[in-house]
Amino acid sequence: MQRINSLFRMVPVWLVYMGGMLPAGVLFYQGLSGALGAEPIKALEHEYGELALQLLVATLAITPLRRLLGLNLMRFRRAIGLLCFFYVSCHLLVWLLLDVQLLGQILADILKRPYITIGMAGFVLMLPLALTSNGISVRRLGARWRLLHRLTYPAAFLGALHYVMLAKGFQLEPLIYMGAILLLLALRLPSVAWPKLA
Amino acid sequence: MAHRWKNDLSDADVTPYAAFLNRRQIMAGLGGAAGLGLAGLGGTAARAATEEALEPNSWEDVTTYCNFYEFGTGKGDPAAYAGQMTTEPWSVEIDGLVERPGSYSMAQILDAMTLEDRIYRFRCVEAWSMVVPWQGFELADLLNLAGVQDGAKYVAFETLYRPSEMPGTAYNVLDWPYREGLRLDEAQHPLTIMATGIFGKPLPNQNGAPLRLVVPWKYGFKSIKSIVRITLTDQQPQTSWNMANAREYGFYSNVNPTVDHPRWSQASERRIGGGLFARREPTLMFNGYEKDVAALYQGMDLAENF
Repeated sequence: MQRINSLFRMVPVWLVYMGGMLPAGVLFYQGLSGALGAEPIKALEHEYGELALQLLVATLAITPLRRLLGLNLMRFRRAIGLLCFFYVSCHLLVWLLLDVQLLGQILADILKRPYITIGMAGFVLMLPLALTSNGISVRRLGARWRLLHRLTYPAAFLGALHYVMLAKGFQLEPLIYMGAILLLLALRLPSVAWPKLA
Repeated sequence: MAHRWKNDLSDADVTPYAAFLNRRQIMAGLGGAAGLGLAGLGGTAARAATEEALEPNSWEDVTTYCNFYEFGTGKGDPAAYAGQMTTEPWSVEIDGLVERPGSYSMAQILDAMTLEDRIYRFRCVEAWSMVVPWQGFELADLLNLAGVQDGAKYVAFETLYRPSEMPGTAYNVLDWPYREGLRLDEAQHPLTIMATGIFGKPLPNQNGAPLRLVVPWKYGFKSIKSIVRITLTDQQPQTSWNMANAREYGFYSNVNPTVDHPRWSQASERRIGGGLFARREPTLMFNGYEKDVAALYQGMDLAENF
């Protein structure tokens, strides 16, 4: 594990940012060129949303990975969290500008449709997290920063719930995300005394 | 109602595919021009003009953007996996309140039917739409072949359920086999067809080969694919989406812009094929077939019977 940790230490954080943003552009280009199929708007909306969920799972996994396996990816956590927020924003923008398009219907949908209300609530919870993901905020907020960033937990749950609720019929994929997120949240319960696996 | 119109053309008279599409484009152009001229003449004229302007989607759109959950829930899954479905031989069990129940082979059915072209709007409950040039025959003709008994009030349909060829059925997305149903008068309506082809070619598997229902004024999921059983009954049959979630998918499932799906608005739709910046278009009552079918629902509260 020590070897893997020192290998990861050689990866510069900016590379994670660059590599993480790359799919956004590639997907948008694929949408323009027809590579996302006959209905690129929905496909793009879905791809961005799913990437956001994957990054959410990744941020939540960093602490358990360190505690259980001794794998230290702490220095990438902020980048992964901000990338997650970036993809949530892309997902939201595609929905607003390309999908629904009409302001009246956007507002009606947010109020009237529970899965959209929940998705929006998740986004709103992520806003202060994204805004305080910088060194100055960490120093200024001190202990309150850690407290504030526990908002990640409800935000993650709402994100997974949003996906579960929008699926038509009984579908496996959203339930897998929900399961993974619930498991990662459960690992944080103070009563759970997890043994070190490595 | 059977055989109002006789087809006296043979295969040799079929327009080549490319020429067919060209012709549609020219017609659409003319229709558009006529529409401008008639715009002031009120609803009927405007409707006739839009009818003329129905321009089919591309073969690519129609055959790669499909819902056929037996092959997976992704839109591309049916095109990727439906090829393994065996469609020959194929027979349809017609039973229940019919005079001549039994297993009807595709050859038997096609011998007795007259195929014709129908270009229909197709509106999915997910708020997207297409225009599809179908080939098929009126369901009423098939029902006559089996002979409908007096007491029959409804028609129930079932899709093939063959797990070895349908990877999507490994998951309980829906209660297989897929089921749909119509009231007898809806089933016998001249707009209701059994399709065997699109664009003058045999129906691809992902579009419901070899035989599927098309009910153009209802949401797409009513147009059940790859039918193996048709049952005439005096009871309203169970339908898969209604069984899965009755609040979201009613038995009638008529296209109705004023009745929202609980999770999204049905007031507008997006025509498939418009690319990343396609605008939404207003959804028409009964998907534009109001003049033809509104009488079927006279006196019914369509917000209640959605």
